[in-house]
Amino acid sequence: MGRMTKRSEPYILAAIVVLSLLIQARSGQFFSGNNLVDLARSLIVPALFSIGCMMVIVSGGIDVSFTAIASLAMYVTDRLLLASQYSGNVILAYAISAGLGLLMGALNGFLIGFLRLPTFVVTLGTSSLFTGLMFGAFSASASDVPPSIARHGKEILFTATNPKLGLTSNMPSQILILIAVLLFAFFLLRYTMLGRGIYAVGGDETAAERAGFNVRGIKMFLYCFVGVLAGITGIARISMMSYADPSTMLGMEMTVIAAVVLGGTRVTGGVGTLVGTISGVALMTILSNSLILIGIPTYWSRVFTGAVIIVGTGVTAHQIRSTRRRHTQSQKATV
Amino acid sequence: MTADKPADSVRRARGAHDPNLLRLLVMLVFVFLLMTVLRPHQFATMTNFNSMMRQFPEYGIMAIGISLTMITGGIDLGVVGTANLSAIIAAKFLIGSVPQGSTPAQVVPYLIIAVLLSLSVGLACGTIAGTLISHFNIPAILATLGTQQLFTGIAIGITSGRPQSRLPLLYSRIGNTEFFRFVPLSFVIFSAVAVGVGLMLSRTRFGTSMYMIGTNPRAARYAGLNNTTIILRTYMISGLLSSVAGLIMMARANSAKADYGAPYTLQCVLIAVLGGIDPNGGFGTIAGVTMAILILQFLSSGLNMFNNISNFYRDVIWGGVLILVLVFNRLLSWRNERRAVRKSMVK
Repeated sequence: MGRMTKRSEPYILAAIVVLSLLIQARSGQFFSGNNLVDLARSLIVPALFSIGCMMVIVSGGIDVSFTAIASLAMYVTDRLLLASQYSGNVILAYAISAGLGLLMGALNGFLIGFLRLPTFVVTLGTSSLFTGLMFGAFSASASDVPPSIARHGKEILFTATNPKLGLTSNMPSQILILIAVLLFAFFLLRYTMLGRGIYAVGGDETAAERAGFNVRGIKMFLYCFVGVLAGITGIARISMMSYADPSTMLGMEMTVIAAVVLGGTRVTGGVGTLVGTISGVALMTILSNSLILIGIPTYWSRVFTGAVIIVGTGVTAHQIRSTRRRHTQSQKATV
Repeated sequence: MTADKPADSVRRARGAHDPNLLRLLVMLVFVFLLMTVLRPHQFATMTNFNSMMRQFPEYGIMAIGISLTMITGGIDLGVVGTANLSAIIAAKFLIGSVPQGSTPAQVVPYLIIAVLLSLSVGLACGTIAGTLISHFNIPAILATLGTQQLFTGIAIGITSGRPQSRLPLLYSRIGNTEFFRFVPLSFVIFSAVAVGVGLMLSRTRFGTSMYMIGTNPRAARYAGLNNTTIILRTYMISGLLSSVAGLIMMARANSAKADYGAPYTLQCVLIAVLGGIDPNGGFGTIAGVTMAILILQFLSSGLNMFNNISNFYRDVIWGGVLILVLVFNRLLSWRNERRAVRKSMVK
């Protein structure tokens, strides 16, 4: 019992079920095939971002620059491929974008891991730097995508139709990327020393260092990983939209952070799961996709994001305090 | 590490002999001279000074608010949201209640109520953020990221995202008053705020306890300080200052808008860090922050005078400067640590 109440995944899953039933009752369209496919479709990009974001928060840091990295990486890749009139495999686009993301992530990693600068201020600075470069040096504006990315965007796994409304929705192939990244992150976090190191650093940095973890290296890897992931996400996004809009992802970092926090990731570091994170993203996506269905104007969506961050962090802060109190009480009891 | 270290660090924080202040002064003079040489007929003119004095008070006051929270080891990322929300509520009140065609004398009481209303909204916003941080122990970054979304969200919600214009003319006329036809009212307010907060930090018990909490919260609690109340009050002051900035923005734009001044958050954090406020808490002075504000305004106005520089390069410069200052401060503190170790070994 105690174990169940301390975890947050059950609560989020319950919230998702209740919310789905509520929307189903009001609109009758929630459990239709095409709505579920639409939800999965709008989940892909925030879910990809959230994996890296969760790992950073688990390590005790916070990153607000991943959307800026994704935007700059995908935009430069897009212009590069357009200029070279490349029309081969889309893998090259992913590779270039991931490489650019790696470079930008490495800058964050160097500043945070090696110079030990505060993560929030650093990523706030680099995000301004990257967006400024994109709009200034590359004078970015919405542009076409090269043929390889356009073709990639039309790859569909299956199509769901809603016989009542006659609507169809396509499941994009980019969901395979999400699944692959999830599997990779799962093995990394569970079965590798590096993954355990991320949790160790977030739990107590000094203790992790004394236990023999290479804290600098772990942080460097982490921010590089976020960069690579952001680069990949950028290409996935523009291939699904089939045009490259440099500002489409900016500002999304707040909802992603909210979703990660909602998913039970402890903002003080050391605790967080992939299942919780993806459930958090799912809940946020359902909320934002369905606000109109439940009769709330979209103007109020930011109030939701804010409330979710505050309530989510408040709950984890409360949990930490009550476990600590229980610890001291049991210590007193044994003495 | 001798016994007089804490007292030493408090004195240094108050700026008795702060090498950082000297560096900032040199930087300020350098930027000023650089811009004067590059754009002699535009930069060092009375018109430009006047326009700069109109521009910086709104973000300068918010930067002072953020700096206070950073001194206690936190941060307030909700300042821009607070400023907009309090301005919008004041604007809604004015638009909704002042009868058409009233004389200036009739409008004055409404203006007083609007100002008080906006200040209390700011205070309430600060109380919310402060309570979340001090009572519920939510990390300041996330709590205020949340309040920023919340306040901006409420501001968008109650206005449906539309700007609130058609304010009574008297408000902007008073707000844009210029003494001696040169010194704007907003500049006078900024100076009063800077001097007042500076004195509070350096001359009062409350100011000293803020530095102590920022240096070591646990030690501060054991020394008998009530951390909860002090942190709560700090965020309340930050909220109050943000609403003052909101009133100034409302007067300058003659309207209030939910997404006004979005880049100010980054700019304010940059000012605080550039001004020598340690993001980990415990260090920094208002004198440093004020100089950082002036440096940024000189740079910003100077860049405006180059037509071929896109506005977006400002983002690059702000971000780049922020990181360079962080790196520089870190290298400097490492060097000082090494020197201290060497000195103690010689002894």
